[in-house]
Amino acid sequence: MKLIFEKSVQGRRCSILPTCDVPPTEMPSSLKRETAPMLPQMSETDVSRHYTELCKHVHGVNCGFYPLGSCTMKYNPRIDEEMASLPGFTSIHPLAPESSVAGCIEVLETAKKYLCEITGMDGMTFQPAAGAHGEFTGVLLIKQYHDSRGDQKRTKIIVPDSAHGTNPATAAMCGYQVVNIPSAPDGCVDLNALRAVLGEDTAGLMLTNPNTVGIFDENIPEITRLVHEAGGLCYYDGANLNAVMGVVRPGDMGFDCVHLNLHKTFATPHGGGGPGAGAVGCKSFLVPFLPHSALMEEEGHLQVRSFMGNFLVVVRALTYLLTLGREGISEAAKNAVLNANYLMARIKGTFTPAFDRICMHEFVLDLSEYKKATGVSALDVAKSLIDYGMHPPTMYFPLIVHEALMLEPTETESKETLDWAAEVFRTLYELGYKDPGYMHEAPHAAQIGRPDEVKAARTPVLRYTRS
Amino acid sequence: MGSYVPSTEEQRREMLQSIGLSDYRELYKDVPAGMYLDHLLDLPEGKSELEVSRALAAMAKKNRVYDTVLRGAGAYDHYIPSIVKQIPAKEEFLTAYTPYQAEISQGVLQSIFEYQTEICELTGMDVSNASVYDGATAAAEAAAMARDRKRRITLVSASTHPDVINTIRTYSYGTNDEVKIIPTKNGKTDLEAMKALLGPEVASVYVQQPNFFGLFEDADALSDAVHESGALFILGCNPIALGIMKTPRDLGADIAVGEGQPLGLPIGFGGPYLGFMATTQKYMRRLPGRIVGETTDNAGNRAYVLSLQAREQHIRREKAGSNICSNEALCALTASVYLAVMGPDGLAEAASSSMAKAHYLCEQLCSLPGISRRFEGEFFHEFLLDMPKPDKVLAALDEKNILGGLPYADGVLWCVTEKVSKETLDEVVSIVKEAIA
Repeated sequence: MKLIFEKSVQGRRCSILPTCDVPPTEMPSSLKRETAPMLPQMSETDVSRHYTELCKHVHGVNCGFYPLGSCTMKYNPRIDEEMASLPGFTSIHPLAPESSVAGCIEVLETAKKYLCEITGMDGMTFQPAAGAHGEFTGVLLIKQYHDSRGDQKRTKIIVPDSAHGTNPATAAMCGYQVVNIPSAPDGCVDLNALRAVLGEDTAGLMLTNPNTVGIFDENIPEITRLVHEAGGLCYYDGANLNAVMGVVRPGDMGFDCVHLNLHKTFATPHGGGGPGAGAVGCKSFLVPFLPHSALMEEEGHLQVRSFMGNFLVVVRALTYLLTLGREGISEAAKNAVLNANYLMARIKGTFTPAFDRICMHEFVLDLSEYKKATGVSALDVAKSLIDYGMHPPTMYFPLIVHEALMLEPTETESKETLDWAAEVFRTLYELGYKDPGYMHEAPHAAQIGRPDEVKAARTPVLRYTRS
Repeated sequence: MGSYVPSTEEQRREMLQSIGLSDYRELYKDVPAGMYLDHLLDLPEGKSELEVSRALAAMAKKNRVYDTVLRGAGAYDHYIPSIVKQIPAKEEFLTAYTPYQAEISQGVLQSIFEYQTEICELTGMDVSNASVYDGATAAAEAAAMARDRKRRITLVSASTHPDVINTIRTYSYGTNDEVKIIPTKNGKTDLEAMKALLGPEVASVYVQQPNFFGLFEDADALSDAVHESGALFILGCNPIALGIMKTPRDLGADIAVGEGQPLGLPIGFGGPYLGFMATTQKYMRRLPGRIVGETTDNAGNRAYVLSLQAREQHIRREKAGSNICSNEALCALTASVYLAVMGPDGLAEAASSSMAKAHYLCEQLCSLPGISRRFEGEFFHEFLLDMPKPDKVLAALDEKNILGGLPYADGVLWCVTEKVSKETLDEVVSIVKEAIA
């Protein structure tokens, strides 16, 4: 595909703005731009066709099955988009007088009520713009809490080694020393390892539950009790909340704060890498430490970005919440778990689940034996799935399983799709024994073959330059 | 009740049976008995799509949609061409995840590569990332990126947007680093005061251009002093102004950041917005966030991939410079479409028209008795006025469905974009005239 700059024609343009109807003002000469930026020069037809061509080479949830583990690629309802594009929301200035934004406040308050009830928390902020941003906000709550008590000796955050990379990175951004503890073979917290590191220097624990291999840690009450006993706080990474919403609540499990990925659990679209929204909920004793905009609300609080966060994403999530309501929320969770277990059972017998037991909303396949037998790797299988119109699962994560493929079908997939997916896996399983070479070269039907990532990193070309 | 679960009751039973279970409760056997919710959440029943659309429309209706917005302060009401709204609404762009699998994500990856190029063009820099959350986080990430073992302090000009200052402060509170505020003189960064604060422990200086009061900073002079001290110069820029303004690179910046919202994104009660972030070749590997690079596939064809991932959290974990992964890809796409539709000339027109109209309104208002600019100096499309009876003025404008400037520091901070016609500006002047009479 040509780049947009390669389609640009000098002097071509769209007519968007009227001629300026007031006297011109000159830019001060010392500040005047010397050369115009090399932006595309196109007709509207050119622009329309360029992006239509690009979008043919994108796999969205609308295109087909997307079992990307840990990302909860459920269907994004269209009504949510329509509501988020109402001029009564899109045209509202964040600094408009309070009396003129009653509808926006109602959106935020209603969403807060729903999400506090779902998580068992007392307060919530919508300022964080993504999951990792929510983690940052949550750990800052923990830090402010200890600081407010003059408790300066708590310098460590405990993170299981099965955690997403964002957890340790977040703790480091908050100035904490990260204590990685080994997980039990099933990814659950090793209670002895936890006890061994808890102490007066423990600021808190960051935990994903269900964990990153899709298992609900049955020792949760004991884990949060031990951390609290040591004087630390418990942070719940809500990346996997889709398995348990309406079924069990982080607040009831003993967690003090939680982040939610509205773009995963609450069906707002991921946009090819954002915008998301990382709402953070907390117990009442942490509410005074929630972030606020210095300009929009009041000074004297921390804040993690401008204004009140990704408001239009919250509109989408609220539309979804109102639609599901009290029964639909747990119905979604239960069917997400059912779909995962059904698909795992259908695949079992070919590829091997890393943990042969009931899973939550996702499960991990361990292809190490298969690779030994065939030479075909998890990567080869993932790339081969592309030829069947399926988005590959998450690969090589969590790190505690070798040759891992992590599948999360979500509740919005039908039995027919799951049956089809299981058949595709079976076909590939057999193909690996018959023609491994073909799978090493996959995908065969995609727009490009496997890209050379080493070259990309060694000789970085990060922008177009006119030759 | 609304639901997006496609399986029928019969299929659900069948699926449960096929895995040897008879009830959903058995799926949750690991959940301790006391924690499993045996009752429904205390929430309203679910609703049909029609009912939900009524409920949301009713909320939207409770907001006031002004015909004219003369308020900026970090959220700018520029004209958004129709196609700029349509293209990002295409379901493939909308619903895809981060492009981890390059073979079926070339469309997203190429659009980010094009966005990075456009940001480099606007800023004069060598490298742009795929975006961060907004202008304030871009500033905070830049401050973090500029630190090394010895140089830890960040200086921020008091002429910066208050939310940006506070966000930089928050990120620095995280890493236990110090932020010092450079005072202003006549609404602009005080050069001498800045020099006094510079030293061997200062990592970077953050200045906004044009600043929070709309004024152009003397960036050249500031940049020279910053570099002399060995610190990095970070410039936060308005991207529309960059259509006609000297690039941050030409003004001496090492890192250019800014709020990308004016590039085709609605003001939307504060978000989602777009943080852009670019730097020179020298600091490329310190830049946080996703970056797309060009390479070739196994057949030698041009291809795009997420690149330089060795900087990122999923590889480096606690040693990563930032935890950012999801960014604002769809907003970056929106900005790209905006820049393609406007082109270099259209962008320059949006900039110069906004600037000319702001100057026109400012002059007209300042010709009224008792109204004057708080600060002298060249400005872009915002200006702070001292005026009598600001509450009465804003109320009178409100009555005509015009959102006036932002009450700030006992004055009013006005903003004008290309969207506002001369006719409306003249009407504003006569309303103000009457209100202060």
